[in-house]
Amino acid sequence: MNAAIVACKEIRQAVRNRWVLAATLLLAGLALSLTFLGSAPTGTVGVRALDVVIVSLSSLTIFLIPLIALLISHDAIVGDMERGTMLLLLSYPVARWQVLLGKFLGHLTVLAFATCLGYGLAAAALLATGSRIDDDSFAAFAAMIGSSVLLGAVFIAIGYLVSALARDRGTAAGVCIGLWLLLVLIYDMALLGLLALDQGRNISAGVVNAILLFNPTDVYRIFNLTSFANVRMFAGTAGLAQNTSLSAPALLAALILWTLVPLGLASLAFSRREL
Amino acid sequence: MTLAVCVADVTKRYGRIAAVTGVSFDLGKGEMVALIGHNGAGKTTLLKLMLGLIRPTCGAIEVLGDNPAAGQFAGRRYLGYQPENVSLDAALTGRETQAFYARLKREPVEKALELLEAVGLDGAAARRVGTYSKGMRQRLGLAQALIGRPRVLLLDEPTTGLDPELRQTFYEVIQRLAAEGTTVLLSSHALTELEERAGRVIIMNRGIKVADGSIDELRRLARLPTKIRLKVSGLETGEAPAWLPTGAPCRRLNGHIVEIDAAPDQKIDLLHRVTAEGTSVEDLDVVPPSLDDIYAHFLKSTEAP
Repeated sequence: MNAAIVACKEIRQAVRNRWVLAATLLLAGLALSLTFLGSAPTGTVGVRALDVVIVSLSSLTIFLIPLIALLISHDAIVGDMERGTMLLLLSYPVARWQVLLGKFLGHLTVLAFATCLGYGLAAAALLATGSRIDDDSFAAFAAMIGSSVLLGAVFIAIGYLVSALARDRGTAAGVCIGLWLLLVLIYDMALLGLLALDQGRNISAGVVNAILLFNPTDVYRIFNLTSFANVRMFAGTAGLAQNTSLSAPALLAALILWTLVPLGLASLAFSRREL
Repeated sequence: MTLAVCVADVTKRYGRIAAVTGVSFDLGKGEMVALIGHNGAGKTTLLKLMLGLIRPTCGAIEVLGDNPAAGQFAGRRYLGYQPENVSLDAALTGRETQAFYARLKREPVEKALELLEAVGLDGAAARRVGTYSKGMRQRLGLAQALIGRPRVLLLDEPTTGLDPELRQTFYEVIQRLAAEGTTVLLSSHALTELEERAGRVIIMNRGIKVADGSIDELRRLARLPTKIRLKVSGLETGEAPAWLPTGAPCRRLNGHIVEIDAAPDQKIDLLHRVTAEGTSVEDLDVVPPSLDDIYAHFLKSTEAP
C-alpha cells in the first residue's frame, strides 16, 4: 500500500518532468526509423519484415534502455537525500524498503509505458503499410518488448544500488556511466578478444555461457536472437550468441535474478544508511 | 502512556566527532519544550535520532512506543515533523504534496487539504512547489506536519522565513495542540518568541545537555541579576545616587537613567530603597533576565574549565 502511494507519486513526477514524453518519443522515433530504413539492406521487404526489426531493435535496446534506466534511477536515493526530500519522507510511517519498492514500481511503469508505446508504434506502422506479419513474428516481437522492459528493470535496480551506496549525486552518475560502458560495450569486446586469443583451446562453451550470464545485456541479446527460429535466421552475425545452449526460461530467470539481487542489495544498503 | 518521547543516555558519534554525548530527557504528554543551542549544538542530531534517520552510538530512544533505531515506525502515524529546510518535490503542486503525505499517514485527504487554508496557502495550492518562496515552503512544511492531529510534533526551526502575522498564527496553533495533549518539541534560535510560550527549555551546548527546566527554574538556577532601570532627576554627571547601598553594581545609561543589577535576594530590598521617600526617582522599570541572558549564562558556565 505504501509502496503503491510512493509509486503513484513517482509516476506523476515523471509525467510532469516530461520524462515519460522524452523516453517515449526517443524510443518511438528510433524504432520507427529502424523499421523503415533498417529493413532496406536485407532486401526482404514484406513477409519477414518484423523479424528484421526485432534483430535491429534489440541491438538498439541494448544501448538505449540501460542508459534511460540508469538516468532515471541513479538519482533516486542519493538525489532525494541531497535535495532533502528523503528526510521528510522517512519521518512518515513508511519503511525504507517500501520507499525503494515504490520508486522501483513507479520508474518501471514509466519505462514499460515508453517501451510498449514506442516499439508498439513500430509494429503498428508495419501493419499499416500493408506488411504481412505471421503469428511467430508477433510472438517474437512481444517477447522482445517484454524482455526489453525486463532489461530496463535490471538497470533500474543496478542504478538504485549505486544510488544507495554513493556519497553524492555526481559520484552516482559517474559510476553509472562507467557501469553502462562496461556492461554494454567493453565486456563483449573483452570477451571476444579473449576468445580470439584463446582459439578455443582452454575456454569451453560452458565457460562462455557462464561468462555471458554475468552480463545482463548479453543475456538479453541471446534471449532475443536465439529464442525464436524465425529471428535466428536474420541474426547470423550475432557472433557469440550463435554457440550458446542456454534455454529461454533460463535466460529469463537470469534477467529476473539480475533485477532482484541488486534491488535486494540496494534495499539493504539503504536501510543501513544514515542521513 | 504518559511519556511521549524517552531519550536515555544517548550518544551519537560521527567518526571521532561526538555530535551528542550522554543526553537524557523525557517528554510528557502535552508538554511544550524548546530545544535551544548554537548551530552544531546537536539539536538536529537529536531530532534525527528520534525519527530513526540515524542510529545512536549508544543509549536508547523511544518515541510513541517505537524504537526508531530498529526501524519501527507504527507510531510515526501520530508524529509530525517539520525539517529545518523544508524541501519538497518541485514537480508536484501544493495540494498534491499535501494529499500524498495524508495518504501515507492514512488520514482523510480532505481534512489534510483544509490545513493548507489554515496556513494561508489556499491561493497557491494549485501551483507547483518549485515556484514557492521560502516562506511558502515553510508553511507547506508546517501544514504537512499537522496532518492527522499528531501526538508528537518535532519542529526544527519552524518560524524561520515566516512573517510576523503567520508566526503568531503558528504559535496559536501549536499552543492549542499542546493544550489538547500534543507533545511539542521545537528547536529554535528565536529565543524571545519562545520565552512566553515554552513551558520547558532544554539548552544544548556542543552535544551536551547543559540545562533543562522551566524558565523560572532556570532563572533561579542561573541566579542572574534583575535589571532595575530608574529615571532620576537632578543627578550630577558621575555622581551615584546617595540612597543606593554601596557596592550595588550600577551604570549611568545617559543623563538621568540609572541601571542597577540586582541579585535575586537583593531585589526587594533595593526596590524598597528606591521607592522610599526623598529619592528623586521619577520612573522605574524592572527587567527580569531574558531567555537570551539565561542561555548565555548556561553556555558560559559550561565553557569555563
